[in-house]
Amino acid sequence: MAVTTQTPAGPDMPEILKKAALAAVVTFLLACTIVGIETVSSTGQLVFVTRYSEVFIAVLGVFFGSIAISLMRAGHPVPALIGSGIVTAVLVGALLLEESSSLAHMLLPFQSVTVDWGAAIVPAVICIRAAQLALQARNRRRGVAERASVGQQIGVAVRRFLPILAIILIAFAIILPWLPMGASKRKVIDIGTLVLTYIMLGWGLNIVVGLAGLLDLGYVAFYAVGAYSYAMFAVDFGWSFWLCLPIAGMLSASFGLLLGFPVLRLRGDYLAIVTLGFGEMIRIILINWWWVTGGPNGINKVARPSFFGFSFERTAPDGGMTIYDLFSKIFGTEFSYNPYWRIVFLYYLILACALVTNFFTLRIRKLPLGRAWEALREDEIACRALGINPTNTKLTAFACGAMFAGFAGSFFAARQGFVSPESFVFIESAVILAIVVLGGLGSQVGIVLAAGVLIGLPELFRELKDYRMLAFGIGMVLIMIWRPGGLLAHRDPTIRLNPRNAGGGGKP
Amino acid sequence: MEYFLQQLINGLTLGGVYGLIAIGYTMVYGIIGMINFAHGDIYMIGAFNALICFLVLGYLGITWVPLAILIVLIVAVALTAVYGWTVERVAYRPLRGSTRLAPLISAIGMSIFLQNFVLLLQGARGKPLTPPPISGGFTLMEADGFTVELSYLQITIMLITVGLMTGFTLLITKTSLGRQQRACEQDMKMASLLGVNINRTIATTFIIGAALAAVAGLMVTLYYGVIDFYIGFVAGIKAFTAAVLGGIGSMPGAMLGGLLIGLIEVFWSAYFTVEYKDVAAFTVLVMVLIFRPTGLLGRPEIEKV
Repeated sequence: MAVTTQTPAGPDMPEILKKAALAAVVTFLLACTIVGIETVSSTGQLVFVTRYSEVFIAVLGVFFGSIAISLMRAGHPVPALIGSGIVTAVLVGALLLEESSSLAHMLLPFQSVTVDWGAAIVPAVICIRAAQLALQARNRRRGVAERASVGQQIGVAVRRFLPILAIILIAFAIILPWLPMGASKRKVIDIGTLVLTYIMLGWGLNIVVGLAGLLDLGYVAFYAVGAYSYAMFAVDFGWSFWLCLPIAGMLSASFGLLLGFPVLRLRGDYLAIVTLGFGEMIRIILINWWWVTGGPNGINKVARPSFFGFSFERTAPDGGMTIYDLFSKIFGTEFSYNPYWRIVFLYYLILACALVTNFFTLRIRKLPLGRAWEALREDEIACRALGINPTNTKLTAFACGAMFAGFAGSFFAARQGFVSPESFVFIESAVILAIVVLGGLGSQVGIVLAAGVLIGLPELFRELKDYRMLAFGIGMVLIMIWRPGGLLAHRDPTIRLNPRNAGGGGKP
Repeated sequence: MEYFLQQLINGLTLGGVYGLIAIGYTMVYGIIGMINFAHGDIYMIGAFNALICFLVLGYLGITWVPLAILIVLIVAVALTAVYGWTVERVAYRPLRGSTRLAPLISAIGMSIFLQNFVLLLQGARGKPLTPPPISGGFTLMEADGFTVELSYLQITIMLITVGLMTGFTLLITKTSLGRQQRACEQDMKMASLLGVNINRTIATTFIIGAALAAVAGLMVTLYYGVIDFYIGFVAGIKAFTAAVLGGIGSMPGAMLGGLLIGLIEVFWSAYFTVEYKDVAAFTVLVMVLIFRPTGLLGRPEIEKV
């Protein structure tokens, strides 16, 4: 633990001002065109509207913010505390007074109240941090390595309680539909289903990236194969969901093998661009092969899954039984048509699928195949020297990961009742990869947390509208800077042959 | 034959643009070994900066085309270079020395941020630059009712590309900055022990990469006449493919890869179906990588045991 003691000298004001001025100049250069001048098309001609109040506010904010942060870093939190406290008070006061008050509009020229509040949070955070530093006598700044090791410590600490945490999480997921939530019940279950889909995809990709160490930027391609295979079999042949699920998994797995073969010799980033290209190729084919895939319009009216033959419709098609009839018969009381049942059923379906993925990963890690994956991730040459066949090992990793993406894909098609190439763009692959990395490579619980943060939180903040993706992008950068190794960072081998001699896990 | 010649000219023009963006990828990869996913969006920002500069110049009444292009070149490149520097400072420098995947995710986040930043501030619709500042051209050949035309715009683009490439090569091979960059590429730790300022070298690399991307953005604004917030993603993937095809980390490779990707795209669109031009480019990439796993001009990786 390196504790640097600050010498209590006066703040180096010229230096701090120089730094703040530089930051302000950079902000002005960044903002002067893109922010300051808005291009507007009017009657075929492009004209521009200036928008310099925003630029002015940004430059001022950065200038004073930079001074505050420099003062805090130099060990003088009190001026920063007072300054940022005043700014926060003015902003929050203006926002509290009236939503449409001219003061708030002048200070924060944004279109969304949530964003105005978000802008007020920045000085508030500086203020709180300054207060914290003012209370603490010793000022300690952490470098990347130390931050990572803190993540490692948290990972180790959490790991001890992992079995309990996992049981709590699973129990919570199971009772979620029965919790009293009033009117927002349906929304919560929908978000839960979405998050669980991404958790399943994250666990699937974790096999490829986290365990086998193969950087896959085109994972969404397998998801697309699964979704389209269910949609096409269901629409063209009328096959049921339960028949299509294994077929979709197998088809996706064979696409995984197909991709695996040409890229076996490639390493790291060459692999990344080829997988990315593969994802784009699948998408382009889906758009242009319109007589099979429906082109950009996609496939409509995909059959919803049934509960082993008992449908969730009001009246069962072709004289079958609905689930309500079945339950009425079993329990003797009358159950009438209730659309909520189908949503809950889909929720439990994806929960079961996700748990199967998790169980599979946990078990296979302990088998020779899973250990070969992890060994390959750590050192390919050593593996070859020890007689592990890298070809088979990589191919099985690709195939297993792809299979789970296929399952998730057919669930997606069944839930939406509609598939189109729009749903399978690169950004989806990036989000799934981000979930795996943010969770901490190889950490199953970490992926749950990361999916909750990346998918669940933005869904709850739907009212942010256009600013949602902006916040999503900046959030990804901030989480990486704050915790470079992922939320639950630990990268120990699953099995240690000689635990007493083993030191810290893995490479730094 | 005439048709072929025309496509060759078009392909070389497009390939030059891809090559300029690809250099940014390849330089950053060569030095810090990361895929800078936000680079395509830097190029998009460059295109927007150029468009806005043209508008402001038109408003100020500067209409003499060579002067206007010179001013736009200087202003847009300078402003975009600041973006390159800031992105490195904000999103990558705090992550130096951590795992290999962390900067990649940070770069993807930055790319999403930049796209939505421009989307929010400038709107989603395509922005047309009318009237085009450079029009007209030479007629090289005329046969069977088909004319082969070399427009002034294409000449401008080719001249700027060749000029920049020459200047860039001189910068890398002759100046002390280039020497420092190459030293960092070889062994960063050793270079820093010998007195190379690592942070400054990396920052300069990002600035140069962003400046070249901005020039590419300016040329695309002129060439297509319409830009929107999404052009960065597509061009970024193409340029990255070009960098990998040429052998990532190799500067001549990036240029060669760019030209090849441009030619493949134009010829495939001309002789086959335009819809599958990207598929063709990626297929060629996979084919090349199967036989040369480190790209056309890439050095084979040494297996250290």
